Amino acid sequence: MTDEGTVATIRRGLALSPELRPGMAGTIGLALLQMAGRVAVPIAIQQGIDKGINAPGGPNPGIVLTIVVLTLLALVISTVCGYLMTRRLFTVSETALGALRSRTFRHIHDLSMLHQQSERRGSMVSRVTSDVDQISQFLQTGGIQLLLASGQLIVSTVVMAIYSWQLTIVVLLAFGPAILVIRLFQNRLAAVYRTVRERTGVMLGAVAESVVGATVIRSYGVAGRTGMRLDSAIDDLRSAQQKALKTSVTSFSSGEIGAGLALAGVVVAGTLIGIDGGLTVGQLTAFLFLVTLFIQPVQIATDMLNEAQNAVAGWRRILDVLDVEPDVADPDDQGVPLQAGPLSVTFKNVSFRYPGGPPSNHPTTALNRTKGPLVLDDVDLEIPARTKVAVVGETGSGKTTFAKLLTRLMDPAEGEVLLGGVPLTSVRFSSLRSRVVMVPQDGFLFDATVAENIRFAEPDLTDDQLRTAFVELGLADWLSGLPQGLETPVGERGEALSVGERQLVALVRAYVADPDLLVLDEATSAVDPATEVRLQHALDLVTRGRTTVAIAHRLSTAQAADEVLVVDAGRVVQRGPHARLLAEEGSIYAKLYASWLEQTR
Amino acid sequence: MLGQAIRTEPRLFVVSSIGSSLFGLLIIANSYVVGFVTGHIVVPAFAAGSVSTASLAGVVAILVGISGLRVASIFGRRLGAGYMQFRLQARYRRAVTRRYLSLPPSWHQRHATGTLLSNANSDVEAAFGPIAPLPFAVGTIVMIFGAVITLFLTDWVLALVGVALFPTLFALNLAYSRRMAPRQIHAQQMRAKVSAVAHESFDGALVVKTMGREADESRRFGVFVSELRDALVSVGRLRGIFDPLMDSLPSVGTLAVLLIGTWRLQSGAINVSELVSVAFLFTVLAFPVRAIGWVIGELPRSVAGWERVQAVLSATGDLEYGDAGVPGTGPAELRFEQVSYRYAEGPAVLDEVTFTVPAGKTVALVGATGSGKSTIASLAIRLVDPGSGSIALDGVKLPDLSAVALAGAAALVPQIPFVFDDTVRGNISLDRPEITDDGVRQALRLAQADRFVGGLPQELDTQVGERGTSLSGGQRQRITLARALAGRPRLLVLDDATSAVDPRVEAAILGALRDRDANTSVLVVAYRRATIALADEVVYLHRGRVVATGTHLELMAAEPGYRDLVTAYEKAEQR
Repeated sequence: MTDEGTVATIRRGLALSPELRPGMAGTIGLALLQMAGRVAVPIAIQQGIDKGINAPGGPNPGIVLTIVVLTLLALVISTVCGYLMTRRLFTVSETALGALRSRTFRHIHDLSMLHQQSERRGSMVSRVTSDVDQISQFLQTGGIQLLLASGQLIVSTVVMAIYSWQLTIVVLLAFGPAILVIRLFQNRLAAVYRTVRERTGVMLGAVAESVVGATVIRSYGVAGRTGMRLDSAIDDLRSAQQKALKTSVTSFSSGEIGAGLALAGVVVAGTLIGIDGGLTVGQLTAFLFLVTLFIQPVQIATDMLNEAQNAVAGWRRILDVLDVEPDVADPDDQGVPLQAGPLSVTFKNVSFRYPGGPPSNHPTTALNRTKGPLVLDDVDLEIPARTKVAVVGETGSGKTTFAKLLTRLMDPAEGEVLLGGVPLTSVRFSSLRSRVVMVPQDGFLFDATVAENIRFAEPDLTDDQLRTAFVELGLADWLSGLPQGLETPVGERGEALSVGERQLVALVRAYVADPDLLVLDEATSAVDPATEVRLQHALDLVTRGRTTVAIAHRLSTAQAADEVLVVDAGRVVQRGPHARLLAEEGSIYAKLYASWLEQTR
Repeated sequence: MLGQAIRTEPRLFVVSSIGSSLFGLLIIANSYVVGFVTGHIVVPAFAAGSVSTASLAGVVAILVGISGLRVASIFGRRLGAGYMQFRLQARYRRAVTRRYLSLPPSWHQRHATGTLLSNANSDVEAAFGPIAPLPFAVGTIVMIFGAVITLFLTDWVLALVGVALFPTLFALNLAYSRRMAPRQIHAQQMRAKVSAVAHESFDGALVVKTMGREADESRRFGVFVSELRDALVSVGRLRGIFDPLMDSLPSVGTLAVLLIGTWRLQSGAINVSELVSVAFLFTVLAFPVRAIGWVIGELPRSVAGWERVQAVLSATGDLEYGDAGVPGTGPAELRFEQVSYRYAEGPAVLDEVTFTVPAGKTVALVGATGSGKSTIASLAIRLVDPGSGSIALDGVKLPDLSAVALAGAAALVPQIPFVFDDTVRGNISLDRPEITDDGVRQALRLAQADRFVGGLPQELDTQVGERGTSLSGGQRQRITLARALAGRPRLLVLDDATSAVDPRVEAAILGALRDRDANTSVLVVAYRRATIALADEVVYLHRGRVVATGTHLELMAAEPGYRDLVTAYEKAEQR
């Protein structure tokens, strides 16, 4: 990842979160006022001792009372300022972070499918959850303390300098070595905390695998192996945490030694100066109080800097994601809508290769399109509107890539895809996604009811319309067999249904979207033949006028299609109706069909 | 919970508590040294206009000495507390994940992946959150007792200021925690919601994209984000009231000491030195007293986390294994006897299912989508137990078999392949000791996966990535098939395990299985005729019931439903 500096990250982040800026001066002003209240007490001690207790005529409670009342007033103001400051800081920062969450969420959805797949799912989730939480938590605890600590540091230094510049120098000198040590430790601290974060990631990965793969682990009786991996991930994290703590405490305690030295130095130097009449007893006492006020923020700061670093690292990760330009971008206002009516498809010398090189975590390098073998090689064809085309070919021949280019989930490396004569890259997404729908093999369902999953495509459908859709597709029987009909919950990822049933729901979902170009990528691969045939028949009846592209292993689909495209090693090697392709000489299709027949008859 | 934690790590707790108490007492000592120095060295020196080097050196030695001791006490306190926290977290993470491994798949199905992840991660973390400040709090209590005692020794009137101040601070802390707890819990719940929505939405990113629902998903997410924001702002407001108040109160104490001290000084009850000591003490006490607030503040979150962790640890429903082995060495016989099964509250998925897979034979399970085939596959290798009826392998009921015997004898290739983030070799052997590299290669050959594995950059040592993302669906299926074959199971259960493989490859796989000397009984969920043709017998299922059993030809003749199902393609062609 990028190794830009903290300041650069913060500047970049502020630029992207303009909500943070207004009122920032006011917030800092309030923080300073709050801190001013803290030095009021040492000043009161000094005044009280010098003017009240050591008054010429013996201790004078009247003067002391006046001083105390005035200081109390200052404390009240300081407390109110503190409340206002915290309130402002929280409201502003949480609003800004909420906006940042939403923006990042949308941005991740806008990234191309390839980008999304090059990232671990968990890490995308952390961009909008734990990374933002880290900033938020830092601001809620460390941030305020750090802000107040710096305020306290400044105010107490100024007051110290007013009382005695010589003693102030003594204090600064005493802390000099400590600050040097703390600075030296910063890099080491950053490194140990990075290790902690990395190992947390590894541990989470191991836990996730043990949860998601629970069935496999059980059926092969390999819980021992998984347990050992978990143990070592958990223990690695623990030892990294302990090491980080040790480093942090060592750094912290150098501040403690600094404090001792400063206190001793002030007493010695202060006494010597006072003997010459340069300082009163009250001033020296006040100074001892001030030194404590000076020490606290230095110690807090050393502790909070770690948290700050975590927060900045989280922020940087978010910014890095936001910086990735969606490479399959919506032309939006500059785009055009698709023409009304059925759509034709044109591929003009289209080639595609996956981004090559070793898999990388960084999205921009992962999309470096210089290497990787050709998946589609110079495909040039036209599919007329209203036709039903089947795409067949061996595993890895490029069928799915064809479907993804057609629906603009990816853009070709070379050449151009046109729908209804319009280049796909200039079609507005709002128009594209409502007119062109692809049903992938893994018909992902949301953890909701059957009805809600179908309404995902068309939120306004009534229950009756949903039922009609099931009837039209010949699935009424299946629906009536569900325990609660349309209101049956499908479970996480649809896992309460069987794989075939999930595909049925996904198909209905695409069907109600009523697209003009329907792309089916193995959409019924786990459905039983009778249901599949029934579905196909139903789709034929209701898809008159619609263009359909179906990718299939089951060649029954090809038989029923108007035209078959045979893809082999990235090239379209045959096209035409089923019967003609069978008869062609040296036909790859004939071989595929023969093995299909052998299996199904 | 805290008691449990202390009992688990008593040594570290003692070390950190001693460190912390020492730290507290040193703070008091430091205050008195400062007071002593002011009263007995500074004031006389200022008055006399001179000071002895020896007394100054003494002061330096004492102050630096205290500082050194404090460093030692900080090490004791923080390292002790931190180590204790980390060790406890690690211990409970191990315990929780052990439960994950031993609880049955049905339990896993009832719990969302995200929840289980946070049980092992953030819930464990939250549960032991108060451990770190706990010794600090113990030390603070020691310190406060010490402070009150020394205050009374100094002057009883000034001591009363402390007696009034400390309980006030405690009460305030308590009131704060009471009000804060529900807000924190609410914020935590909203965090979990935001995370769950993000997880699901990114999981289904492809569907969101193909349906163009990005804006709607963002809206759905946005609702929870703004609720979370409101929750956090309300946490912030409360903190805004409390924090400055907690900062100011000790200062009020210091001022009270100044005022009352002047009066006491006037009446000769105390001297300047004592006045300064007490005032100083109040200033430095402010910070540690808040440590107690932290512990109290963390408690609700901790209790909630602990309860969730306990829920996992005490979850029941383990599949109890027996200690029997599977008799014989050849192919195993599988028998289902009147097996019924239903998911919680749902209708029966299986209804009195009876059939046998004879040793060495292949039986095909045929039925429409949703007829219960996958459930039978899961029952056959005991991923779940039936509601009623029994399942036996070679005459031994599955619950009597040991886990090792069962895993060694039967293997399931599921419909959706699961691939570990590991190498190809690791995925196939799963570190089972009896599987050699040769065995792995042979299994790959049988699964028709040797060619594509040979083409991978590091062949067997290629990392396949999280959930095998670098492989296609068909490749993943063949890897999982090879995984099952590598163990040379005596019963092989194939649950539509070649759906993502194209016909030619599938034909080759089936051919290879057929050619192998019949050392395996096979139960195969199938739609394709070739697969069915491979079977010696077919069990035809309809809505969870066995409608008929027999050879393919018999069923074709006797069962119209079966005929319609398997000849659907031909019929479609004739239309």
